[in-house]
Amino acid sequence: MSLDPATVRRIARLARIGIDESDLPALQRELNGILGWIEQLNEVDIDGVEPMVGTGHAALRMREDVVTDGDARDAVLSNAPDAAGPYYTVPKVVE
Amino acid sequence: MTYLIEGRDGPWELVVGLEVHAQVISQSKLFSGASASYGGEPNTHVSLVDAGFPGMLPVINRECVAQAVRTGLGLKARVNLESRFDRKNYFYADLPTGYQISQFTHPIIGEGAVEIELADGSTRVIGITRLHLEQDAGKSMHDQDPARSFIDLNRAGVALMEIVSEPDIRSPEEAGAYLRKLRMILRYLGTCDGNMEEGSMRADVNVSVRKAGEPFRTRCEIKNVNSIRYVMQAIEVEAVRQVEIWENGGSVDQETRLFDPARSETRSLRSKEDAHDYRYFPDPDLLPLVIEEAWVQGLAAHLPELPDAKRQRFQDEYGIPRYDAGVLVAEQATADFYETVARGRDPRLAANWVIGDFFAALNRTGRTIQDSPISADALGGMLDLITDGTINGKIAKDVFEEMLETGESAADIVERKGLRQVTDTGAIDAAVQAVLDKNPDKLAEYRGGKDKLFGFFVGQVMKAMAGKGNPALVNEALKKVL
Repeated sequence: MSLDPATVRRIARLARIGIDESDLPALQRELNGILGWIEQLNEVDIDGVEPMVGTGHAALRMREDVVTDGDARDAVLSNAPDAAGPYYTVPKVVE
Repeated sequence: MTYLIEGRDGPWELVVGLEVHAQVISQSKLFSGASASYGGEPNTHVSLVDAGFPGMLPVINRECVAQAVRTGLGLKARVNLESRFDRKNYFYADLPTGYQISQFTHPIIGEGAVEIELADGSTRVIGITRLHLEQDAGKSMHDQDPARSFIDLNRAGVALMEIVSEPDIRSPEEAGAYLRKLRMILRYLGTCDGNMEEGSMRADVNVSVRKAGEPFRTRCEIKNVNSIRYVMQAIEVEAVRQVEIWENGGSVDQETRLFDPARSETRSLRSKEDAHDYRYFPDPDLLPLVIEEAWVQGLAAHLPELPDAKRQRFQDEYGIPRYDAGVLVAEQATADFYETVARGRDPRLAANWVIGDFFAALNRTGRTIQDSPISADALGGMLDLITDGTINGKIAKDVFEEMLETGESAADIVERKGLRQVTDTGAIDAAVQAVLDKNPDKLAEYRGGKDKLFGFFVGQVMKAMAGKGNPALVNEALKKVL
C-alpha cells in the first residue's frame, strides 16, 4: 500500500493540519515509510487467532450510576481561551 | 395498502429506514460521574472527562448498559454478551475530544423486531438491525453573539441508544406508526422518556425510491428530525424530489440533507465530501464490554409487561374489543387507571367510561391522567352506583360532570342533589298517567297504529321525573297502559 499526494492532503485536512504543497513529498515519503513498516505484520500467519484487544482476559470495569462529578464550571472553563460567562465560545460555526 | 408515488412514467415505491437516537434515562453520564439530568446551569453537569481534558479516562456506567439490554429485550432482539467501543472521529466545537465514543463493529444489541399497526387495522413487522450505546454531544448556540458560537457541554457524554431499523418501511404512515410504537416501548421500559420536543428522541431518516421489483437505489439521509409529523412530511417531500430527479434522467447523490418544515422541503447540507469519513477505530481506553447471561436474565425477569402483551391480556381478561384495548394501553398510566376502575366491576362499562366521558373530560380541561380531577377509585365508585341501580346512565353523566367540577364523590353528589333513581312503581305509574292525560291526541295517534310514538312517551315520562326514573321500569309501565 502506498499513498499518493492527494490522499496525504486529504488525511491532513481530516486532521485539520495545514500543510504547504512543498511539504507534501516529504510527508508522503514518511507516511509510506510507516505504512511499509506496519505492513510487515501481514507476513505473520494469524489464521484462527482471535484478535487480541488487551492483555489477559480483562473486561471493562463498570461503575454504579451515581452522580459523583460535575459542578466544577471554573475548572472546566479554566483553559478556555475565550469564555463568555458560563460558556465556552468559538468562532461562529453556522452552516 | 400500498403507498406509491405517481411519477410521469408510472408508480414508484418508497423505501425508508430510520435511525433513532434515544437518550438513556440514568442519573449520571455514560462514561463520567457528572449528572445526566436535563437543564442545569450551563457547563455545571460537566466533568473533566466530558470536557476532554488530557489524561482523563472513561469508566462505563452499569445502569446505562442495563438500560440498553432492557431495550434490546423489549425489541425482542439478540443481546451480545461481548461488545466493543470505537471512536468516531470528527471535528465540531461541541465535541471536545474530537471523537464520539460509539459502537461500530460490535454493538451490544443485534437483530430484533417491532410490530406496527396501521389505520386500516393491518399489522406489519419492521426489522431492527441493531442498537448501540454512544455519547451525546454538547449544545451550540449561534444566536448569542454576532461573531461567536456559545458552547454548553451539559449534554456532552450523556448516554444515547442508537436504534437502527431495517429498510422495511414503505410509507410515511408506517414511519409514524413505527416511531410511535418504538416510543411506547421505550416509555414502558423506562429506558427513554421519548420526549421529542426536548430532543431526548431524534430520528435520522434514510429515504430512497424504486420501481416495483427493483433492488434498492441510492438513498439520502435526512438528519435530526425532531417530531413524528416532520418525519412523515420529510419522507413525503424527499421521495417526490427523488422521483423527479430519476424521471428527468438524473441520478440521486448519496448525501446528508436537512428538512425545513417552514418550506416543506429538504436541503442538501453544504457538507464537505469528507462528511462521512469518520475513521472509526477501537477505543484504546476501553476494554471489551462483557456481560453475563445470568445478569441479562435477571434484567429480563424484571421487565414490565409490554404494550403488545398488555393489549392481548386486556382483550382476554376483560373481554373488551381490540381497538379499545389498544387505546387503553397507549400509555402505561392510562392502562393502570383503567385496571383500577375495572377491578371487581363490569370491565366493558369501565372501558366505555374511561375511553368516552373520562378522556373527553381530560381533553376539555387540558389535564393529563397524572393530574386528573377524578381518580380511578372515584370513577369506579360512580360505576358501582350505576351497577347497583342507584342511578341510571343518564343521571350518571350529570353526576360525572359534577364530580369533575367539585371533586366530590359520586355517592355524596347523589345524596346531596337527590338523584337516586326512582324505582317506586307507584310513582312511575303516576307519572305515566299524568303524561297520558296531558297528551290525549298523541295517545289517540299511538293507538291508531303510530308505534314510533312510544319513544315520545318514554321521553315525556323521564322529563316529568327529572330524569330519575328507572328506564326499564318506565318502559314496562308504559307498555302496560298503552
